[in-house]
Amino acid sequence: MATLIKNAKMANDSWLRLDWTADGSLPTVPATGDVLVPLRLWRGLADELLSRTTGKLGLWLESDEDPVLIADSLDAFSVIAVDFPQFTDGRGYSTARLLRERYGWKGELRAIGDIQRDQLYYLSRCGFDSFLLNDGLDVQEALTAFNDFSESYQTSVDQPVPLFRRREKEAA
Amino acid sequence: MYLYDEIDQRLVDERVAQFRGQTRRFLAGELSEDNYRPLRLQNGLYIQRFAPMLRVAIPYGLLSSRQLRALAHIARKWDRGYGHFSTRQNIQYNWPKLEDVPEILAHLASVQMHAIQTSGNCIRNTTSDHFAGIAPDEIVDPLLWCELIRQWSTFHPEFAFLPRKFKIAVSGAEQDRAAIQVHDIGLQAVRGANGEVGFRVLVGGGLGRTPIIGTVIREFLPWPHLLTYLDAILRVYNRFGRRDNKYKARIKILVKELTPEEFRKQVDAEWVHLKDGPAKLTAAEVSRIDARFTRPQYQQLDALSVQYTQALARERGFASWAGRNVHPHKVPGYAAVTLSLKKTGVPPGDATADQMDAVADLADRYSFGELRVSHEQNLVLSDVRQSDLHALWLEAKLLGLATPNIGLITNIIACPGGDFCSLANAKSIPVAEAIQRRFDDLDYQHDIGELDLNISGCMNSCGHHHVGHIGILGVDKQGAEFYQISIGGAQGNAASLGKVIGPSFAQDEVPDVIEKLIETYLEHRDSESEKFIDVVRRIGVTPFKEHVYGYPDQKRENGKRQLAAA
Repeated sequence: MATLIKNAKMANDSWLRLDWTADGSLPTVPATGDVLVPLRLWRGLADELLSRTTGKLGLWLESDEDPVLIADSLDAFSVIAVDFPQFTDGRGYSTARLLRERYGWKGELRAIGDIQRDQLYYLSRCGFDSFLLNDGLDVQEALTAFNDFSESYQTSVDQPVPLFRRREKEAA
Repeated sequence: MYLYDEIDQRLVDERVAQFRGQTRRFLAGELSEDNYRPLRLQNGLYIQRFAPMLRVAIPYGLLSSRQLRALAHIARKWDRGYGHFSTRQNIQYNWPKLEDVPEILAHLASVQMHAIQTSGNCIRNTTSDHFAGIAPDEIVDPLLWCELIRQWSTFHPEFAFLPRKFKIAVSGAEQDRAAIQVHDIGLQAVRGANGEVGFRVLVGGGLGRTPIIGTVIREFLPWPHLLTYLDAILRVYNRFGRRDNKYKARIKILVKELTPEEFRKQVDAEWVHLKDGPAKLTAAEVSRIDARFTRPQYQQLDALSVQYTQALARERGFASWAGRNVHPHKVPGYAAVTLSLKKTGVPPGDATADQMDAVADLADRYSFGELRVSHEQNLVLSDVRQSDLHALWLEAKLLGLATPNIGLITNIIACPGGDFCSLANAKSIPVAEAIQRRFDDLDYQHDIGELDLNISGCMNSCGHHHVGHIGILGVDKQGAEFYQISIGGAQGNAASLGKVIGPSFAQDEVPDVIEKLIETYLEHRDSESEKFIDVVRRIGVTPFKEHVYGYPDQKRENGKRQLAAA
């Protein structure tokens, strides 16, 4: 089982990720429980998904899907997740910043897919606050990744004021 | 030199600790080779043909004598007593042990150095003019802007896993010595109508498999917007650059496929959201960085030293060295000196630990303890009094670093090639040496005049063969090493890409081919002042080709003879 890390702690995962079946047909949406649905399912079946009475709705984006496509419907979701098909596919970092900084997503932003210890620091700086960590990793060790660096130069979601402006404030 | 403050130092130290942990997990089997690879690459560590290779960043080519001594120490303690200065102003060690690398990085950190992002699909070490800050033709000193870019790019959280590597070069002079037209982003610092600093921004240049000259997408970017504009370019590239094919993943392909006009539109659309945000630079930050650079305390000297001119008149050897290896300086009475790492028989760009220590001493005694690494793989003492040049020359000669060949045919730019690199199709070093031996006669070299000869062992083009006046590329022909020759490439303001002259050659044929190219040039030049590249541009490739491969009638003759023999 992959382990969920949320706000830099281990957490229970209530979410069922739905994906297209191998033959390309629509997944069946269970009547109850929290479901994380792919963008195409949301675009096709929004009304049905919204009419579920038990269980929350979340949405996940593929690494090449543009977050602008959900910018107007963020209120419908309890979680937004971004998939990393391989950890070297870095598009999700930009997706996260856009969701947070441009489209104003305030809720849980989850990194899913190939998620390893050594991405956690950059992912969290780009606005992810939950991470579905790969199987077989030392979770306690992985949690130390959030403290790999104690400072950073650039502007980012977790620290919108870049170092140089903070230095200036201190000097003033 | 830029001097780290407490935070700069802490970040580099924390990086060492992070990499120590990653390497420990890898050696303990907790991190697979596939998962460790991108992490070690972002710390400059390759697994090469015989051993790992470690590439250490020399940001924008600037180095203190203390740092050079540390590089010598690393060469002695953890390598085989030498290092290789690369075309990206870095130094590479070819024989470190993987398990020693965290220790090497810790030693580097103790002298404010690192190997951060010297490889991998991230923003690489920013390169610049090796005469930055001292060139008489300088409009803007690029060093402080390079340092701002270094800080911005270091551990940039959004751009650590780009489609492919990303290289930025900055020039601030009239003559481009930083090859900005063949970088992913080239920045030409200029001044606006009221003297304010801005940047002409080029994107999508590059060498490699698909060589392209970069396109200007912004004529004047006011300096406060430098970092936000870079963010916008990188974000468009990170999101839309191709990831399906590594040979099409560089930004140049995206720019080409979208068209530069459309690319620029997308960058501007992104930039609108960023440009007046918190990352917009402030005058206070620019002066803070500026103040952290130490500057030489120059003496007031005459523009031309009498001692120097007398020595020039007296000693032909000194004059010939000064003619090639001494460069003008913006401060009267000073000069910059290139210490050539291109002595015949020594792999281009290699320096021994003893040479590094000795150069560090020279820098201390003659050049305010500071030096530069040039992208032509030489070392530069940037601030030497003219009156010291003769004494410096005598010492450099003893060290084997005074070959008077800067700008000449034997100042060969070459990658390490198949002797070391696992990517290479063919060797570079023996080819360089054979050419250097063929043209070893200095009078002949001087007669040939300015000529850039570049050798790459494969299409990755680390030897920048596309922009050599003569470019040599190692190719694989059914398992055998062959060399394709091109002419007409150039770096600098009038950058151009070389044209291949025809079928490739075996290694032992290469010096003859180069000789024939030179013969063609000497025959066609209208005067000694017409350079090789000028002649290629004037008469085209054909006369060179015909002299190398035989004239059409000769070829027919050869064909007939072969038929008759058959």
